[in-house]
Amino acid sequence: MTDTAHKGSIQLSEESRVLPSGEREFMMDVSTADLEVNMGPQHPATHGVMRVLIRTDGELVTGAQPHLGYLHRCAEKIGESVEWLQYLPYTDRYDYLSAMNNNLGYSLAVEALMSVEIPRRATMLRTICAELNRIASHLIAFGTYGLDIGAFTPFFYAFREREWIQSLFEKICGARLTYSYIRIGGVFNDAPPGWLKEIAHFCDVFEEKWKEYYTLLIENHIFVQRTANVGVVPREMAFDFGLTGPMLRGSGVDFDLRRDLPYMIYGEIWDAGAFRIPVARGEKGTLGDCWDRTWVRVVEMMESLGIVRWCLDAIEDGPVIGEIPKVIKVPAGEAYVGIENPRGELGHYVVSDGGKVATRCRVRGPSFTNLAVLEDLLPGTLLADSIAIIGSIDIVVGETDR
Amino acid sequence: MEREYLLHRLHEYLAPEWVPGWFLVLGATLIGVGLVIGLVTFVGLFSIWLERKVSGHIQCRYGPMYAGGWHGWAQTIADGVKLLLKEDLIPKTADKPLFVLAPAIVLGSVFGALAALPLSYDFYFGWLDLGLFMILAMSSTTTIGVVMAGWASGSKWSLYGAMREAAQVVAYEIPFGIALLVPLMTLGTFSLVEASAAQSGWFGMKWAIFQNPFCIPALVIFFTAALAETKRAPFDLPEAESELVAGFMTEYSGIRWSFFFLEEYAAMFLMSAVTAVFFLGGFETPITAASRAALGQSHLVTQLVCAVTLVTKAFFGVFVMMWVRWTLPRIRIDQVMTMGYKYLTPLSLLCVLGAGLWETIFR
Repeated sequence: MTDTAHKGSIQLSEESRVLPSGEREFMMDVSTADLEVNMGPQHPATHGVMRVLIRTDGELVTGAQPHLGYLHRCAEKIGESVEWLQYLPYTDRYDYLSAMNNNLGYSLAVEALMSVEIPRRATMLRTICAELNRIASHLIAFGTYGLDIGAFTPFFYAFREREWIQSLFEKICGARLTYSYIRIGGVFNDAPPGWLKEIAHFCDVFEEKWKEYYTLLIENHIFVQRTANVGVVPREMAFDFGLTGPMLRGSGVDFDLRRDLPYMIYGEIWDAGAFRIPVARGEKGTLGDCWDRTWVRVVEMMESLGIVRWCLDAIEDGPVIGEIPKVIKVPAGEAYVGIENPRGELGHYVVSDGGKVATRCRVRGPSFTNLAVLEDLLPGTLLADSIAIIGSIDIVVGETDR
Repeated sequence: MEREYLLHRLHEYLAPEWVPGWFLVLGATLIGVGLVIGLVTFVGLFSIWLERKVSGHIQCRYGPMYAGGWHGWAQTIADGVKLLLKEDLIPKTADKPLFVLAPAIVLGSVFGALAALPLSYDFYFGWLDLGLFMILAMSSTTTIGVVMAGWASGSKWSLYGAMREAAQVVAYEIPFGIALLVPLMTLGTFSLVEASAAQSGWFGMKWAIFQNPFCIPALVIFFTAALAETKRAPFDLPEAESELVAGFMTEYSGIRWSFFFLEEYAAMFLMSAVTAVFFLGGFETPITAASRAALGQSHLVTQLVCAVTLVTKAFFGVFVMMWVRWTLPRIRIDQVMTMGYKYLTPLSLLCVLGAGLWETIFR
């Protein structure tokens, strides 16, 4: 065995002396050192290519340092190099689990600089797609979290429904993951005939399936034991780190951009009472633990369903894209639009000098910001807990690195 | 058992009287060894296929459907061939002799344990008055192999897996052994054949759990501890693929890895078989009793019924283990320890006390 293999493990040094009785007495000097382990970049629990350098004392984690950048693709620089509309497919690729929301965030930011009227049907379709995508994204978060905790089956159940959502998206835009459906000025094309009815059917079925998830995983005794009181993010800490989305609501802060800084028609939907904001109350343990965050995500799926249903009732016929020229020129100025992505606030800050290409295209990603909390949460937990905590932050590495 | 009896049975089943005794014993030993190896292989391959089908159906999938035609029955064989043909990799940082030895110890101990498992009143590979001790001793030996594998791999993840295995097995050997004392008191024997015979009354339904009510909690404790012993979910911490990559098996690949895999399933079968023999009537069901009444104890059909009964009961236990695995999340290491030391051990001791009182008062 080479030295490097077990550096940091127990080292024994032996000394002996002869006692007056003639016996030899051994003195063992057992010095233990911390073990440094690289979790990742190829590790099943880091949800992609992220590396966390963990220092452990046995099973106890004494220090952690996340290392990012393995999936960096210069998204922001590309945003400054290609035309406004050409950048849209790149937005799909930062948070690839909620591409619709990324499209939406970028489109809203660009539209804020342009004077273009978005048709009402387009807004409705945007809302339906964004919320369905939120459900699909939370399904993955829920499923893979079960996988992190060691429960395999909920993962497959979650994928079953996500598959359905993906095939619905495939019908409307032809893509299953990187949609580029919501675009500057409206949406790419109208829903195919019968599509809205299929969505309604999906909503009815999903409501039944959702109860299965809740009893199978969220209320499972072992799951509660594993996640309650683990990785507690108190309210103040959540503010300090600028957490958003389910991470923030999991710490008991009642804040959701869809209600508090309404964009599109969310203000109207909120006034109609079609959805509520689930805020964790620390039911199973301390407020802000892993269970609370997971609970928020799972309950949010049902609230998104309410929004989709409201839109299905209110949608009318009409055009789906506004008056947009072939080559978009955005008037000079700057705009920041933050939307409620499944993982938190996805902000786009765009600056234009009036040309065909953005001067600056800055993205504020929720996964990146939420991940910062890891370094403070991990020390003092067990190794298995650290997996539970990383999973509960629900990062998408494509977006932390961009 | 006496040598004469053994020879008599051998002559009865295998060969006419003129065949010399030494040849029969040698031949029977070879056949026995072959049968144990065959049993482990069959049980392993079948259980792996079963696990894939069970998990598939629990998860709204089909599992393997292609290889071999009918429901992918040849899938594990195909996988085995693939694993056999893979490159034999030993990491640079590994302790080579130990790394190579570990899977052999793990698999060998399961072979040893299964050799002590009788399949019916007459089908056994060796008459062991203390058969249960043999099984417990041999199945505990796998731990050495696992710890050896984890240490020798030269990988930190493997080391974690090995340490977890050691801690877990030490914690669960205690309730595991103590819970077994309850049926032992009821049945009054360590021999698996005699244990089964002690449950043959009441038209094949005089099972230990029906003879003594304390056997029922003991069964639950024993089965839980058996899950921990065989590293099955929710106690699969030594492998814990979402935490430790693959735990002690991280650096293993190809045929060596498949040894660990085979061992896991053979051990599951073994534990379920022990559960069946000591709690759930062994070879005994009303069918066995009917066969015995109609054809006699030593008739070949009765013996076959016994064997089929035991294997069926054991596979039911294996199925329950799979069912649990695909339903429950994994427990954390401190919770594993708490459960073992704080709950299962005292509870199993209480069961022993209760069972002892019951036996004293009602017998």
